[in-house]
Amino acid sequence: MQVYAYAVAGWLALAGALGIARSHNLVHAVVALSVVQSGTYVLLLSVGYQWEAAAPVFASGVPVTTPVVDPVVQAMTLTDIVVSATVTALLLALTIQIEKRFGTVDPDELRKLKG
Amino acid sequence: MPWVPDTAAAPLAVAVPIVAACLALVGARWAPRPLIDLLATGAAAVTAWLTGALTLAAFGGRVVTWTGGWSPRDGRSVGIVLAADPVNAGLACLASALTCCALLYSWRYVDSAAGHYHALVLLFLAGMNGFALTGDLFDMFVFFELMGATAFALTGLRVEEPNSLQGGLNFAVINSLAAYLSLIGLGLLYARTGQLGLAQIGAALGGRPADALVVVAFVLAIVGFVTKAAMAPMHFWLADAHAVAPAPVCVLMSGVMVELGVYALARVYVTVFSAAVPAAAVREAFIAFGVLTAAVGCVMCVTQRHLKRLFAYSTIAHIGLFLIGFALLTPDGFTGVAVYVAGHAGIKGALFLLAGLLLDRFQTVDEGELFGRGGRGAPCWLFLLAALALAGLPPLGPGLGKALSEDAAGAAGLPWLAAVFVLVSAVTGGAVLRAGLRVFLGLGHRLGPVERDTQTAGEERPETETALTRTPPTMLAAVVLLVLGGVAAGVAVGLVPALAAAAGRAGQTFADRAGYLGQVLYGGPPRPAPPPVAARWTGSGVLSGVVSTVLAGAVAALSLWLPRGARVRARRLRPAVDGLHRLHSGHVGDYVAWLLAGAAGLALALLALPAAAPG
Repeated sequence: MQVYAYAVAGWLALAGALGIARSHNLVHAVVALSVVQSGTYVLLLSVGYQWEAAAPVFASGVPVTTPVVDPVVQAMTLTDIVVSATVTALLLALTIQIEKRFGTVDPDELRKLKG
Repeated sequence: MPWVPDTAAAPLAVAVPIVAACLALVGARWAPRPLIDLLATGAAAVTAWLTGALTLAAFGGRVVTWTGGWSPRDGRSVGIVLAADPVNAGLACLASALTCCALLYSWRYVDSAAGHYHALVLLFLAGMNGFALTGDLFDMFVFFELMGATAFALTGLRVEEPNSLQGGLNFAVINSLAAYLSLIGLGLLYARTGQLGLAQIGAALGGRPADALVVVAFVLAIVGFVTKAAMAPMHFWLADAHAVAPAPVCVLMSGVMVELGVYALARVYVTVFSAAVPAAAVREAFIAFGVLTAAVGCVMCVTQRHLKRLFAYSTIAHIGLFLIGFALLTPDGFTGVAVYVAGHAGIKGALFLLAGLLLDRFQTVDEGELFGRGGRGAPCWLFLLAALALAGLPPLGPGLGKALSEDAAGAAGLPWLAAVFVLVSAVTGGAVLRAGLRVFLGLGHRLGPVERDTQTAGEERPETETALTRTPPTMLAAVVLLVLGGVAAGVAVGLVPALAAAAGRAGQTFADRAGYLGQVLYGGPPRPAPPPVAARWTGSGVLSGVVSTVLAGAVAALSLWLPRGARVRARRLRPAVDGLHRLHSGHVGDYVAWLLAGAAGLALALLALPAAAPG
């Protein structure tokens, strides 16, 4: 089951990367980039996951010996999501501006920089 | 250090720019523009002072700061550490000093939304300082993204310019993708070791030979760093981003941001993986990738006519040299690269600002359109001096770094690498010299129109409110400061024995993995070390610098005054050169494919080489 989670993470990362490489629409490319990032969420969470373990919240009455899933990777995933929101927002803003200046969002049609 | 304890300097180097960025954003609502300029430049100057003092303190032993006081017990910790040694504190100081110059230059820079530009530059500085000083892999990722997001925004700042949007988008997509691959590598390392600190992971991986998982985690973890460092074939974003970013931002990106990628590669390998991944494999792989990067950079540089792209490809060529210097994996190699980076930063920064001045006066950075228009004022002579410095003229900064790296390569048993250093310096220096002679002095033959099939057009709107008629003193002052810095790196370090010894100790401390682990994990005292190889000018270094400068002159003369008949014959090479130019297509999908191919190549090289290598 654990292997399955890692396989999903790897699949998301590769499928997302392939999505950007073959993209004909920048909005699609930006979303594909966040698919790659979803792969990192799945990987981080599955690294810290344990079957039969509780959430890492030690409220009053919960003995400190209770097995819990690893909170560090959850904190990392949250940070990662914040990063993703920033980068995706920035990229979509750039895409809107590109649509305004070039009149297209197809990367094949952007021919200003080369060589 | 007076006024601030050593251990507070590292956190403050990150905090001061962030607080100043917030003040600049808020203050811009009511304060006049000059006040915001002063605030931002002042904050960068304070940070430069803090990191400078931190560097001085670090020469006496690493300055280790556990944020929040969560220091380790028996080598275990839940805290996050900032570990300053002379190399990374020096890089933070370099970033702060360059930011200071960039902001000084920007006093005349127009910005559509007041305050945003200053805030972004200061946040960029905070990201670079944090990235350099942290001793924690996940923190490196976070600061990498802070540095990245602000740099993407700064690159695409001029939203009215289509070029700047395309460059910003390519930069953002490629660097973000690479960062996520790094995060995957980091996750795999955490899964294996349960640690995130560089020292802790290093100790956990221990002396056991690396299995495939560790090698794959290593490759994934460094993909982000080598992409930021623009190692071929992950370098495509760099020229696009540098061609369109405002000139002062180029100073920061070319002068220190991409070099931080090389630094992070070296830091992560030396501290975390050097006991697990065989040195012979890493050396061979990165010398090969370094030579490839240098070769691509050289060919693209000498065949450019868009000035900012020309400088960008020269940076890529020099990154190849820095990678080779790192790949020697010796203390004097690290010293050589550190001095080279310092000298290169000043000189390359000055060149980008001079290109910015030309853009503000003539609305183009195309070598052909600028033919003979630059005039013979101060910018002309600064440009030509910078070109000679880039070519390795002794006793200037880049020349000293080059000489030290060559000596280190010779000491590591690879003397043929000296030829690569001389060739790259000659070709890139020669290309810049040619451009300077053509633009400022009007020498050589005139260029035809831009071939839009394989070249980027150079006309753009100026970055100032109206086109400049003469050079403003603040802009010129920033250029002079940068050139002086680049010159001083060679003159002061190479000729003052105390500074030469200190530079040598910086490389030695950087290479000392056991000392790093001991001091970070167990709070041990700095270890006594044998006297380092001093970073001073040697006879062979001066000779090689003179040779590369003369060769650069020859490259420039050849491209300016080649007789028509020889030019026609040289055109036969055009299909190959055009082919290479077409690979730099500006298409984000192509760049992603190259990035994945590069990562796969690096993994194959590292997995296959240990079997073949004797060590």
